[in-house]
Amino acid sequence: MHAKVITVTSGKGGVGKTTVTANLAAALAMLGKRVAAIDSDIGLRNLDVVMGLENRIVYDLVDVVEGRCRLSQAMIRDKRFAELYLIPAAQTRDKMAVSPSDMVLVCDQLRPDMDYVVIDSPAGIERGFRNAIAPADQVIVVTNPEVSAVRDADRIIGLIEAEEKGPGQLIINRIKPSMVARGDMLSIADVLDILAIDLLGVVPEDEAILISSNRGLPVAMSATNSASASQAFRNIAQRLEGNDVPILDLAPQSGILSRLRNWVRGE
Amino acid sequence: MRWLDRLLGREERSSSVAKTRLQMVLTHDRGDIRGDISPGLIELIKDDIIKVIAEHLAIDPDNVVVNLTRNSRESRLVAEIPLQENGRRKRPT
Repeated sequence: MHAKVITVTSGKGGVGKTTVTANLAAALAMLGKRVAAIDSDIGLRNLDVVMGLENRIVYDLVDVVEGRCRLSQAMIRDKRFAELYLIPAAQTRDKMAVSPSDMVLVCDQLRPDMDYVVIDSPAGIERGFRNAIAPADQVIVVTNPEVSAVRDADRIIGLIEAEEKGPGQLIINRIKPSMVARGDMLSIADVLDILAIDLLGVVPEDEAILISSNRGLPVAMSATNSASASQAFRNIAQRLEGNDVPILDLAPQSGILSRLRNWVRGE
Repeated sequence: MRWLDRLLGREERSSSVAKTRLQMVLTHDRGDIRGDISPGLIELIKDDIIKVIAEHLAIDPDNVVVNLTRNSRESRLVAEIPLQENGRRKRPT
């Protein structure tokens, strides 16, 4: 009973669950932790391509559950890190191929040899979501500062509490400081006021995310400026380790004149 | 002329519109304790409020707004009832 199992979920699709999973796993591995990332999105797997390990899949999670291979055979080692492994989802099956108790069993097998197990949940609130949260010690809810994503996050937070996996912790992804500054995007405070849960981190909108997924290199590996998504993920990893790291200061970098100009233009 | 609207405070920021809309929709979604307060019930209450107040004051019934708001700690029913310019209604004789 060693590893902490963390499930990354959101309700709504497309808010960045897979990006968050890949980068938190990488950032924790960079801290010297032993990390296994599990893709529980059976039938729509993507964590493999975001991590750049898609060409090395032989066995997957369903093969493990159905006894066609040992767990260690389905763990793809990411050679760029000391100890980071991916357990991919099956692409040709559906969510019913795995049960919540299967997920608990797989995670219990991983616990003695890992420090963290990070599970990428599918979108939705059905079987796939229930599979993903069943073994969780901690649940991370990812949202974007927009009405549809915040609404779904609220629903998910309620379900996590109903499953006694709460309270969840929030990551606000893809925030654009310039839009927040001119009053055209929900601020961090607005989202926290509405959802009333603990904030784990804030990740700014950053082109580096798309570029890194194009290349299959987690953005957490790249050293960039201090207000970048890369830095945000490394900070979140530090917070998971119990270190007190302040939330990124995302004040727009522009001076007062350009802010005034934007305001006049209504941009 | 968006800047002029902003300068005169005529245009509400889209982020605050988003926040208000979210608070409204979540009040309904959460529905745990207050699930019996449906939008239909709010409309009924609004009609009754208009009826009662209009007996005493000249109001603008088309612009009456009744909202249920909720944060993590409390719920409240907020009614906004605009009065017509010439204030007090003449009592029918």
